Amino acid sequence: MARDDRQLTYKEAAAEALLQAMEKDEKVFLMGEGVDNITGVYGQVLPAYKKFGPSRVIDTPISENGLTGLAIGAALDGMRPILIHQRNDFMLLAMDQMMNQAANLRYASGGHHQVPLTILSFVARRPGEGVQHSHSLQSVFAHFPGIKVGMPASTVDAKGMLLSAIFDDDPVIILEHRHNPLYDKKEYVPEEYYETPFTANVVVSGQNITIVTISIALVNALEACGELNSKGIHPEVIDLRWLRPFDINPIIRSVKKTGRLMVVDTGWKICSISSEIIAQVCEYAYNYLKCPPRRITLPDAPCPASQFLEPYYHPTTEMIIKTIRETMV
Amino acid sequence: MRKLYYDMLRIRLVEEKLAEWYQTDLIKAPVHLSIGQEAVAVGVMAALRPEDKIVSTHRCHGHYLAKGGDLKRMMAEILGKATGCCQGKGGTMHLFDDKAGHVISIPLVAASIAFAVGLALSFKMQGENKIAVAFFGDGAVEEGIFWESLNFASVHHLPVLFVCENNLYATHSPILRRQPSSEIVSRIKPHNVYCQRLEDANNVLEVRRISQALVEITRQNQPCFLEACTYRLREHWGPGEDWHLGYRTREEGEYWVAKCPFKQLRQVFDQEGIPQSEINAMERLINEEIDAAVKFAIESPPPSREELLSEVGG
Repeated sequence: MARDDRQLTYKEAAAEALLQAMEKDEKVFLMGEGVDNITGVYGQVLPAYKKFGPSRVIDTPISENGLTGLAIGAALDGMRPILIHQRNDFMLLAMDQMMNQAANLRYASGGHHQVPLTILSFVARRPGEGVQHSHSLQSVFAHFPGIKVGMPASTVDAKGMLLSAIFDDDPVIILEHRHNPLYDKKEYVPEEYYETPFTANVVVSGQNITIVTISIALVNALEACGELNSKGIHPEVIDLRWLRPFDINPIIRSVKKTGRLMVVDTGWKICSISSEIIAQVCEYAYNYLKCPPRRITLPDAPCPASQFLEPYYHPTTEMIIKTIRETMV
Repeated sequence: MRKLYYDMLRIRLVEEKLAEWYQTDLIKAPVHLSIGQEAVAVGVMAALRPEDKIVSTHRCHGHYLAKGGDLKRMMAEILGKATGCCQGKGGTMHLFDDKAGHVISIPLVAASIAFAVGLALSFKMQGENKIAVAFFGDGAVEEGIFWESLNFASVHHLPVLFVCENNLYATHSPILRRQPSSEIVSRIKPHNVYCQRLEDANNVLEVRRISQALVEITRQNQPCFLEACTYRLREHWGPGEDWHLGYRTREEGEYWVAKCPFKQLRQVFDQEGIPQSEINAMERLINEEIDAAVKFAIESPPPSREELLSEVGG
């Protein structure tokens, strides 16, 4: 099929991953609040529901922690459950089951118990969503050994990372980003089954500065590159993709080449993945740094609901351009 | 009937051995003994098929042994050895033996109840005629996840049997300071879960009889709940008694000592003409098994230092 004929949105690519996973392995099933209806999960689960019906695509009670435990129980019996939460903010209700249980059970059983559980959720950034519907909590989840955390930042990875997660034998959290221009962005997506490796992705090669992005920040960084290139600045852009496993090597290699580092994250700054990236670069490539590392994150406050304040809250392309020009002086 | 006694005695003698170990330097862990509560584990397990699965809690030794868990691997695990069921990395509160159908034990209160519901969901999806049994204490009923699990099991008609061992105390807090009544089943019934309360769950024959009825119903995809009233005779964790702490009275304890599971079953033995010599023979057999397990555990190697970072996943 010609590449032009396979243009899917990020959402459609993820929906295709769910469908293909269920076709590939009958042990895969889906659970979540409202997964079986058109408004549930933005329709992302509908293709799977239409094909497999309510016995394998289960609409559930509103019980985040209980559902996670239930999914772990099914996983201990050899199933591959996918648990969907409409927003990642709700996942905090399931911290015991995700972190005390799913993340620890393999270790605590000397390797005997495997929990092939996928937890799929969304950063639902949008004006009006406010303090409990729009946060981006990846750094919280990535603190714990034993559970993988990924944030697809491209349409191709929306499919491939989800499939990697579903067929991994350990628990994996996938946080999609619902904001545009990412969620409705169309790209060529291969029709066949494929998995995205558990590595960071060097998206653009450059030599002046290393920009590490998390999730939708990649879109901003790529946009910034257009403007910066015209000014003779050529950043190297690395999409981290997975917070766990944490793939620092391409970042270290890049900083050794560019001598400069900037991290752009959709989360907060303190005790975060951006802290970790900068700390490890300082540990392993300190002598290569020509100037202090920089980072663009959320301000140290919850997300306001007001459409008059919300636009100032998230990292923008302009912030990236401005910070890089300061750094390059 | 002899097997019920044997299985209870095996749990009691193993735990007394653990209490004895506490007097030495061998154990470096908070061991939660179930001394006094053996009849619940043995009575329920006698109603199950080998392929049925159970999940347990921090107080898991009795469930593990009654379901047929390997004693050597249990003792080695409690000593933190590489030959333990968790290779030393889980410890006393995480015992499991998949071959025996004891899937997992979890000390975080009520967390494993949801696992049992998930197991039952998996059995039903795969068309297997097995049931899942969750053992937990009265304190677990205060956790949100208990109600979430119960609700899901009811709505989806799952083959899960909830067994609440009501021993009246969560650590040192009495049930009436934590719940509106010391009786639990009336709060469960509105969930369309079939309930039974057993006032004296130290009577192993009664536990088995009621469990057999409940297991039969559960196997028809109707979740059931058994409230088994019993009593912990030792500390919350550790080897000794704890009357001196004052959170419960010796009189209350003596009421339950009078209902000793062994004493009750021996009365039936007397009526049936089963001689004491048979019990003595059981004890000898079990002690031989314990001696072998102790030797195995003590002589087993510790985990190598590399194991610190193995099997982390993620």
